Amino acid sequence: MNGIKVISEKCVGCGLCLKVCPAAAIKLVDKKAVIDLDKCILCGACVDSCKFQAIELNRQTIVNDDLSSYKGVWVFAEQRQGIIASVVFELLAKAKQLAADLNTYVGAVLLGQNIDPAAKELIQRGADKVYLIDSACLNNYTAENYTKAITGLVGKYKPEIILAGATTTGRSLVSRIAVSLYCGLTADCTGLDIDKDKKILIQTRPAFGGNIMAQIISPDFRPQMATVRHKVMPESEIDSSHKGEIIKEAFDEAGFDGRIKFLDFVKETIATVNLSEADIIVSGGRGLGEAKNFKLVEELATALSAAVGSSRACVDSGWIPYSHQVGQTGRTVCPKIYIACGISGQIQHLVGMQSSKTIIAINKDPEAPIFKVANYGVVGDLFKVIPLLIKALQEKRHST
Amino acid sequence: MKIVVCIKQVPDTTDVKINPETNTLIREGVASIINPFDMYAIEEAVRLKERFTGEVVALTMGPPQAESSLREALSLGVDSAIHLCDRAFAGSDTWATSLILAKALEKIKDYDLVICGKQASDGDTAQVGPGIATHLDLPQATYVRRIDTVHLDTTPKIMVVERLLEEGYELLEVKLPALITVVKEINEPRLPSLRGKMSARKAEIIAWGLNDINIEEKMIGLNGSPTQVVKIFTPPSKEGGKIFEGEPQEVVTKLVEEIKDIL
Ligand SMILES: Cc1cc2nc3c(=O)[nH]c(=O)nc-3n(C[C@H](O)[C@H](O)[C@H](O)COP(=O)(O)OP(=O)(O)OC[C@H]3O[C@@H](n4cnc5c(N)ncnc54)[C@H](O)[C@@H]3O)c2cc1C
Ligand SMILES: Nc1ncnc2c1ncn2[C@@H]1O[C@H](COP(=O)(O)O)[C@@H](O)[C@H]1O
Repeated sequence: MNGIKVISEKCVGCGLCLKVCPAAAIKLVDKKAVIDLDKCILCGACVDSCKFQAIELNRQTIVNDDLSSYKGVWVFAEQRQGIIASVVFELLAKAKQLAADLNTYVGAVLLGQNIDPAAKELIQRGADKVYLIDSACLNNYTAENYTKAITGLVGKYKPEIILAGATTTGRSLVSRIAVSLYCGLTADCTGLDIDKDKKILIQTRPAFGGNIMAQIISPDFRPQMATVRHKVMPESEIDSSHKGEIIKEAFDEAGFDGRIKFLDFVKETIATVNLSEADIIVSGGRGLGEAKNFKLVEELATALSAAVGSSRACVDSGWIPYSHQVGQTGRTVCPKIYIACGISGQIQHLVGMQSSKTIIAINKDPEAPIFKVANYGVVGDLFKVIPLLIKALQEKRHST
Repeated sequence: MKIVVCIKQVPDTTDVKINPETNTLIREGVASIINPFDMYAIEEAVRLKERFTGEVVALTMGPPQAESSLREALSLGVDSAIHLCDRAFAGSDTWATSLILAKALEKIKDYDLVICGKQASDGDTAQVGPGIATHLDLPQATYVRRIDTVHLDTTPKIMVVERLLEEGYELLEVKLPALITVVKEINEPRLPSLRGKMSARKAEIIAWGLNDINIEEKMIGLNGSPTQVVKIFTPPSKEGGKIFEGEPQEVVTKLVEEIKDIL
């Protein structure tokens, strides 16, 4: 039977499991733990917490294949017009480390048209093998055709791990691949490690908007797949002496899926730096008062070569396009520095930015919740503070 | 047009509080809501129905209390509601969840469009939409921020949508039937009408369990899920931040001094 149960002879009613249950699904009834199965999410946190082995979680999984025949750590090399997304270099650095722990090679999958130079770049960034499919059918990304191409490669070369960036493309694509191949996928990871005894991938990711972290494994299925949040891991360095092999494969053009047709791509951001790529983000909130004051945020962003973000309040007021919104119903960002100007820090905003490495908040209300997550807080009027900050930054730049 | 919207009941994150003693989430007494992105999915489906006539079915998989989400969907203009509810479904990861929803869609059949939210606010995976599409071999367009044109008189029926990307959007022509996932920018959801609320209260909700959909038990729940959660923990909290108060010039000088090494 698939499920969870309390072995009441072993349960001493200590209540430890109640405390760790993220779903509040356990109660003590007559000094015994009782699990409400309608609330239980079967995460197993209580099983680990119980000192008396009184909770059992059963699963009988189907093992999909001879697992040991899968070798290699692969990276999906997302590109647009031959330019590789920078998250790919972060993935390659991680892949190198995982491959070393598993004693295997790093592979990169490159799909597109006329993209040979990108293959060489991937080798310089640490790929030992580049699987390249050059085809007019793959010139523009469509999930259907990219899935077909990659599942074909996986069937032939059997990698044990596949990583992709947690971008709009990466997340949609690997979801499709994972279901096609019947293998596990963990979205939006912020940590990846190898369990050296079991030789499996341990994937760490935030859940409930970063309020809790979960560690996830997929021990019985290959490849193990994960998308990785941008900017959390360092990029691999360029090493022009690194040698790699380019393996060219063909796309079966007769099997081309034309149900989604790419028509056009329209670029659309007011600042030159894109939010998810940015090392620094300066965000404005309702504290700016009116649309024209967003200029102040933009000036600070320019002084720092930063991207411009926003709270939802400003987007709803029409001060700035939705593509700049950070938070639960906007983008999740993870820059090195996040500067919140006139943003109160409601939970829906925080979930989109609280994993940023350093958070700086400028707000005139010392009680504003944003100060709870800020590494540096400035209590003051942003109309005074920001111009002074811009000036100080410019002076600093000139003096160095 | 026949449209199916997949909705998920999630805890209202505005209410999520952390127990300071145990550092775990307090879920007791936390209100449940329809996943915010799914509200846009419902609205878009209802708008398409209003433009082109047809019907909208809401579909959810979840515990008994998820029924209230379906009633809310009905009050917003959805025509019928199906609740996938069975203990055997519990513990399903995104792979298994999307299989269960796909099997229900197979039973609903003859739909032109399936609409999901971009992602659920409790899991944030954004996998279930593409997962359903893959199980059913439907084409997918994710992160849709606008449906430009719809042609229902062609064979196949065709839609042109805008798909939001990191630095802009792409225009895609989609042959129906298809699955799309939607972002907030697509519309402004309406509030339920009083009449809608009244009739939703009385409406019949269709309940399907394991035996109503053509699925093997070993493919779903914990057994069918390739991923396993091994540990849940609270992220280490940020070490006490530094707060600067006082004369703006002084404060700025102090701040720049602190951050100059990381800039
Ligand atoms: C389902 C749902 C989803 C949501 N999703 C998101 C989301 O994705 N992203 C998001 O951001 N929000 C989201 N919200 C909205 C969120 O709850 C807040 O309403 C919003 O973040 C508030 O924006 P704000 O901080 O800019 O405005 P406010 O809360 O009004 O804060 C303005 C702040 O500016 C300060 N201030 C005012 N004047 C000055 C001054 N001169 N100098 C310095 N400080 C000043 C004030 O002290 C105040 O703290 C969502 C809400 C819901 C219900
Ligand atoms: N249990 C569920 N029942 C119905 N729809 C769901 C369920 N889980 C996820 N979905 C749909 O899939 C979308 C993405 O969810 P997720 O992959 O969990 O982030 C949601 O916005 C819903 O539209």
